[in-house]
Amino acid sequence: MSETVLIRGGSVVTRHGLVRGDVIVADGRVSELGEVLDAPAGATVIDADGAWVGPGFVDLHAHLREPGREEAETIESGAAAAALGGYTAILAMPNTEPTIDSTALATYVIERGRRAVIDVVPTGAITVGRLGTQMAPIAEMAEIGVRLFTDDGTGVQDPSMMRRALTYAKPLGVRLAQHCEDEALAALGSMNEGALSSRLGLLGRPALAEELMVIRDVELVRLTGGAMHFLHLSTARSLQMVALAKAEGLNVTCEVAPHHFTLDEELCASFDPLFKVHPPLRGVSDVVALRSALLGSVIDAVATDHAPHAEQLKELPFDEAPPGMLGLEHAAALTHEALGADQPVRLFELLSRGPAAVAQLRAEDHPRISGEHGGVLEVGSHANIVVFDPQVSWRVDARQLASRSTNTPYEGREMRGRVRATIVAGHVVVANEELQ
Amino acid sequence: MIDSIAGTNLLTLDGVSRRAIVEVLDHAETFAEVNTRAVRKVPTLKGKVVASLFFEESTRTRLSFETAAKRLSADVLSLAVASSSVKKGESLHDTIATIDALGIDAVVMRHSSSGAAVQVSRFVPHVRVINAGDGQHQHPTQGLLDAFTVRTALAERHGTRGVETGSELFDGLRVLIVGDVRHSRVARSDALCYSTLGATVRVCAPGTLLPDDVSSWPVEVSSDFEESLQWADVVGLLRLQRERGSGSFVPTLREFTATHGLTWERALSLAPTTLIMHPGPMNRGVELDSRVTSLPNVMIERQVASGVPVRMSVLYLALAGTREESTGE
Repeated sequence: MSETVLIRGGSVVTRHGLVRGDVIVADGRVSELGEVLDAPAGATVIDADGAWVGPGFVDLHAHLREPGREEAETIESGAAAAALGGYTAILAMPNTEPTIDSTALATYVIERGRRAVIDVVPTGAITVGRLGTQMAPIAEMAEIGVRLFTDDGTGVQDPSMMRRALTYAKPLGVRLAQHCEDEALAALGSMNEGALSSRLGLLGRPALAEELMVIRDVELVRLTGGAMHFLHLSTARSLQMVALAKAEGLNVTCEVAPHHFTLDEELCASFDPLFKVHPPLRGVSDVVALRSALLGSVIDAVATDHAPHAEQLKELPFDEAPPGMLGLEHAAALTHEALGADQPVRLFELLSRGPAAVAQLRAEDHPRISGEHGGVLEVGSHANIVVFDPQVSWRVDARQLASRSTNTPYEGREMRGRVRATIVAGHVVVANEELQ
Repeated sequence: MIDSIAGTNLLTLDGVSRRAIVEVLDHAETFAEVNTRAVRKVPTLKGKVVASLFFEESTRTRLSFETAAKRLSADVLSLAVASSSVKKGESLHDTIATIDALGIDAVVMRHSSSGAAVQVSRFVPHVRVINAGDGQHQHPTQGLLDAFTVRTALAERHGTRGVETGSELFDGLRVLIVGDVRHSRVARSDALCYSTLGATVRVCAPGTLLPDDVSSWPVEVSSDFEESLQWADVVGLLRLQRERGSGSFVPTLREFTATHGLTWERALSLAPTTLIMHPGPMNRGVELDSRVTSLPNVMIERQVASGVPVRMSVLYLALAGTREESTGE
């Protein structure tokens, strides 16, 4: 049964700025926009006073751990965390156990996703088992709605395999996404390589490992004419190379993750595996470069790389602990903070419009999702909406998170900006900062 | 800066002051005297329980620590976890919680992962944690016992006792550290310890066996091994860590020995006063010629002997000493 909702007193985010206005949602769509609207009978009223009202956020990069490691997260719990973070659609990364490398497994994610409070869209592996040796059935998976393919966790190491996959994917209209780290250079490392890793006696993952892979894949895109998305870029030079490729008109997009523009490698001096992630937290100069690049045009999306891990795995020694940290419930606040002064238009580009475009979630006829994400709020558009309060301050408490895991690197940190409400296909799934 | 290790963990020598190091060396000298008595035991830590937790095999360091604890009358729980059920993949928290449940005051810990002792110290804040070597990070008591060995040897030469000299024998002392610096926790602790005490520290190694950012270390780097040997007052050799893959960082062991080994010819070219150190265990024929160990200025056995009083000093300060007592005077 569909709800009628009045979002009252907020500022609607358009492509050009904020417009004060009320929004009425009925039958899963925006039915009315106006300066001051009366609540229809029986409508749920959401107070958006002082808040920004815009298209729901889209995450290109969520590790939901199902199937295989449900102790850490499930599609349902990850989606709940995402809803609290303002997301109306998330892409589930395929490095589960088993890997999402067939239509059967992608269908499993789609089916489990139907129980989730937001849209969960599968991604598929580029190679079978993410082993880098044989292409996964990309065309078949594309047929059931998979639009992004990746071996994330590690990248596709063999250049001839990546070349072949780009060539194969091109006529299918799907995009490959690469985890850029040359494992021959990075494999044994557990933090950024530099003076600090040398002092701590931890093996490093050099920036070069990422940058060489970006260079290689830009050249493969040039050679094949294929489409590539660069996942979680973490260095200034990586962004420069993507900027050059874009200037040449190559079909490349890229994302950055909040931890890479918020946290720096010094945190690893605690030897706390909460701060271990691949690519690793970098030095301050890269962190600053990423932050300032958020305002430019190189970065298409902020993506969480939400990577839940069971508590005991983060109590292993630093070099043995698995990489990754939570992200879905913090990303909007951290992006808002990193943008500096209020930048609602850019915030929604980075968290909604940009990632929706990369994921091709704007297609009206996408078979697996509840309408358009990342679009413009206007009468008739699908009601995938977030209400974001840019002023409110709050403190992160790992025990309060909706994720099944607690491996947040932001414990105790003061955040500014919080999602007040999330509406998916016209249904209120988060209100008053709580799941409904 | 840590100005005294009394009542604290000893996880690293990074940030430990000259005063704190001298305090350890001075107490060690007192305990060295205990070791010459007919009854080599003092009641200082009677009733305290020290667990030795070695996730990585190390017969000599474990024996040294356990001997030190016993001479202070502490009870020792010796857990050779390297050979027990604890293996790769077990949570450090679970392991230490189990041992803590037995009732312990301190844990002496060796682990193959850098930072493991730091992590454990967070899990059991009421227990004093002594790092007995973690991965490629630190081996603080080795740094301290090497400094103790050097101070004692130099003091004897000056006809005095180390405790009378504080750190002054290190002023301007030239210490050369040679070999597999990259993979060595001993090199990290030694370089910090000697330089904090006032020595000039130089490292010399094949380019691949220098740390990635040696420029951030408190040392100078030389590529002229022969000249450095003549320059040095102390030559500290390091074990080539073949188990950490160091073999692939040099073309052959023979070439490493030819370029950076203390061959018999090089040993004979040293000034007779130059002290030769090695933390053990040695790769004879790789870092040094077997014959070198018989030369009079080789400190290797004295380093082992120094281990006990220095570790007695560290355990005493960590457990019996308190910050108030040691800084209030």
